[in-house]
Amino acid sequence: MQLLIQCCVLWFVSPEGIEALCNDVNVNHTDVRMLIFAWKMKAEKQGYFSKDEWRRGLKCLGADTRPKLKKAIEGLDKELKVPECFEDFYSYAFQYCLTEEKQRSVDIETICELLNIVLKSEFPNQVNLLVEYLKVGKQLFKLIYVQNDYRALNMDQWRSFYRFFKEVDFHDLENYDSSQAWTVIIDNFVEWLKEKEKN
Amino acid sequence: MERKTIDLEQGWDYMQKGITKLKKILRETHDEFMLRELEQRWITHKVMVRWLSRFFHYLPPLNGVGLTCFRDLVYMEVRANARKGVITLIDKEREGEQIDRSLLKNVVDMFVEMDKYEEDFEVQMLEDTANYYKSKATKWIEVDSCPDYMLKAEECLRRERERVTHYLHSSTEQKLVEKVQHELLVTHANQLLDGVRALLRDDKVEDLSRMYRLYQKIPKGLDPVENVFKQHITAEGTALVQQAEEASSLVRKFIELHDKYMTYVNDCFINHTLFHKALKEAFEVFCNKNVAGSSSAELLATFCDNILKKGGSDEAIEETLEKVVKLLAYISDKDLYAEFYRKKLARRLLFDRSANEDHEKCILTKLKQQCGGQFTSKMEGMVMDLTLARDNQMKFEEYLQDNTHVIDLSVTVLTTGFWPSYKSSDLNLPVEMVKCVEVFKEFYETKTKHRKLTWIYSLGTCHIIGKFEPKTIELVVSTYQAAALLLFNSADKLSYSEIMMQLNLTHEDVVRLLHSLSRAKYKILSKEPNTTTIWPNDTFEFNYKFTDKMRRIKIPLPPVDERKKVIEDVDKDRRYAIDAAIVRIMKSSKVLGHQQLVLECVQQLGRMFKPDIKAIKKRIEDLITRDYLERDQENPNTFKYLA
Repeated sequence: MQLLIQCCVLWFVSPEGIEALCNDVNVNHTDVRMLIFAWKMKAEKQGYFSKDEWRRGLKCLGADTRPKLKKAIEGLDKELKVPECFEDFYSYAFQYCLTEEKQRSVDIETICELLNIVLKSEFPNQVNLLVEYLKVGKQLFKLIYVQNDYRALNMDQWRSFYRFFKEVDFHDLENYDSSQAWTVIIDNFVEWLKEKEKN
Repeated sequence: MERKTIDLEQGWDYMQKGITKLKKILRETHDEFMLRELEQRWITHKVMVRWLSRFFHYLPPLNGVGLTCFRDLVYMEVRANARKGVITLIDKEREGEQIDRSLLKNVVDMFVEMDKYEEDFEVQMLEDTANYYKSKATKWIEVDSCPDYMLKAEECLRRERERVTHYLHSSTEQKLVEKVQHELLVTHANQLLDGVRALLRDDKVEDLSRMYRLYQKIPKGLDPVENVFKQHITAEGTALVQQAEEASSLVRKFIELHDKYMTYVNDCFINHTLFHKALKEAFEVFCNKNVAGSSSAELLATFCDNILKKGGSDEAIEETLEKVVKLLAYISDKDLYAEFYRKKLARRLLFDRSANEDHEKCILTKLKQQCGGQFTSKMEGMVMDLTLARDNQMKFEEYLQDNTHVIDLSVTVLTTGFWPSYKSSDLNLPVEMVKCVEVFKEFYETKTKHRKLTWIYSLGTCHIIGKFEPKTIELVVSTYQAAALLLFNSADKLSYSEIMMQLNLTHEDVVRLLHSLSRAKYKILSKEPNTTTIWPNDTFEFNYKFTDKMRRIKIPLPPVDERKKVIEDVDKDRRYAIDAAIVRIMKSSKVLGHQQLVLECVQQLGRMFKPDIKAIKKRIEDLITRDYLERDQENPNTFKYLA
């Protein structure tokens, strides 16, 4: 363990260190498993792992040697099979992107990346459409002043995406009820989907 | 004289024989004759039974026995024919023939006494009635006009009621009337309703009253009539909106429409709540449509503005204002109206365009009555400010007694909260005016210490003497225009940019004021080149050849289009109002479902405007971001208040 932690000193001091770790375990730093690893560690700051967090993570994974660590990280995507775990992880993913102290929202670009990392495997089609919508909205915003538009989203809106994918069938949008407590961005997304289908 | 006596046996025997004779007669005669016979026998029988009871009073009562006897021996056999007979006669009477009413009364009486009235007579009679009127209705509905049909229906009902009083049992009235109503009015309701549309169109007040009278007695009978009424008004109102060319005539037409149909509600429909509701709902539909880009709220405010500028007799004005305020009740964006009204009120008060102060107060009183104190508090404040300003001005003039270097200045101090917001500009005042402002500041300091004065020169008016070559003319202009004109006291020719720099105003303001002085009705300045639009390359010169037949002329500076700003301001206020409502509701409920929250929000805010559901949702999202609320993770359709 001691040896491992000493190696980790190199890894966790900085984002470059993280990259080195990724190389070592042969997992891309944009891979969802790295995010899951951060979640397991309950890492607070993006790009940095503190000593305590690191210890926590290793303990969770039951890894005390490099090969064990590599194997553990490789298998991390299985950790999300349980729905409660996934929801917790999903919220964490958003939290992880809040880099400033009083920050409550995350910009659209990052949201799109995050969606791809976290939800694409389970909802590939839906994620593609949502990302397209968010990007289009951002482009329009530059051209014409669209009053009800978003440049960054908050946690509540982020959570609503997963809920939406789980509960609403994209082939059955007629039954979508905008008078329910769906977020406005979801309402707009559905309108956009319906328009898209017509054309 | 020997009294003839009979013993019981014999008497009984006689009776039996009589009954048998009767039966024979009854079997052999028909219809009216039969009924007459029956009547006779029945009356006689009743007499007989009465006598018998008296004779044999010591025996147990014979009434029952007598009746039973009659029933068993006579009635059971003749009842069908008797009934047929009566019904035939009734139908004859319906066709207009005279019949013997007392005959029918007695025969019907027999049924009653036999305790078989409903079973053996009424049921059948009602069915016959239904059939009779069914066929009549079918014929009439094809041939008669709606008013004629209704006249007939009303007459039929009257006659049937009369029939009951004359020879039917009173308990029949309700059932009989229902049958007739059903056949005449309910079955053909749809066709008659088409007639209602025509009646409304042709203003047939009497016929409509009749229709009301007839359908009022039928359960839910008035609903379709109310519906047609509402649709008709809605259609007329919508047509007015579509054909409207300009605003003021439209409002007048709305008022006329309202008066017309309110008369209907009061007279034809006897003030029935259902029709009041129909009128209200109809107006709510078309009163909220836009006309040529303006909202109805703005139209109404413009209309009020025009009336209050023009003035008129107290009575006429009061009446019109009363009606206008009533129309306001139908408009959902009342807050928008309030803001437009306030802006126009400000202009009227500050540029002295109001015809009559009492009229101003009159409408405010009416608005207050209808919309509550909060609606009018700012406007009342504005009117109050003007009154105080007059007193203040007197005091200022006293103060000025000693200071003769100052030109005539009157200042109106406005309380910021009451008046619409105005941009204060950094106008470079002409030297003459600078001193005035200083003097007033000193004066104001002596009165109150803790107030800050912000000068709004865009609202000022100035009287300038123009020494033109032909003759001297007094010009009444805005302060901005005056400042520009005074520049020409020290220079013959000035360029656009020079003017702009010296005045320190925006392009928008400079273009507007130069246009009003050089390209409008009165050309005080001449422009080079002589094009219509003001360009930054233009140069201006004092037009010393200018003249007019009047000795004093007003050169108005057209106001900037306030519509956009009003809508922006109102939208902003609405966001605050929605926020406040949501927080208030959540604070008291602690936990609330989304639908319920939205419902209560709409209800609370409904007095002033109809909040957009999407707008409410956005405010909820914003409040979540600001940590006032959170969504319940277990029930995502529910929100929790965060203290």
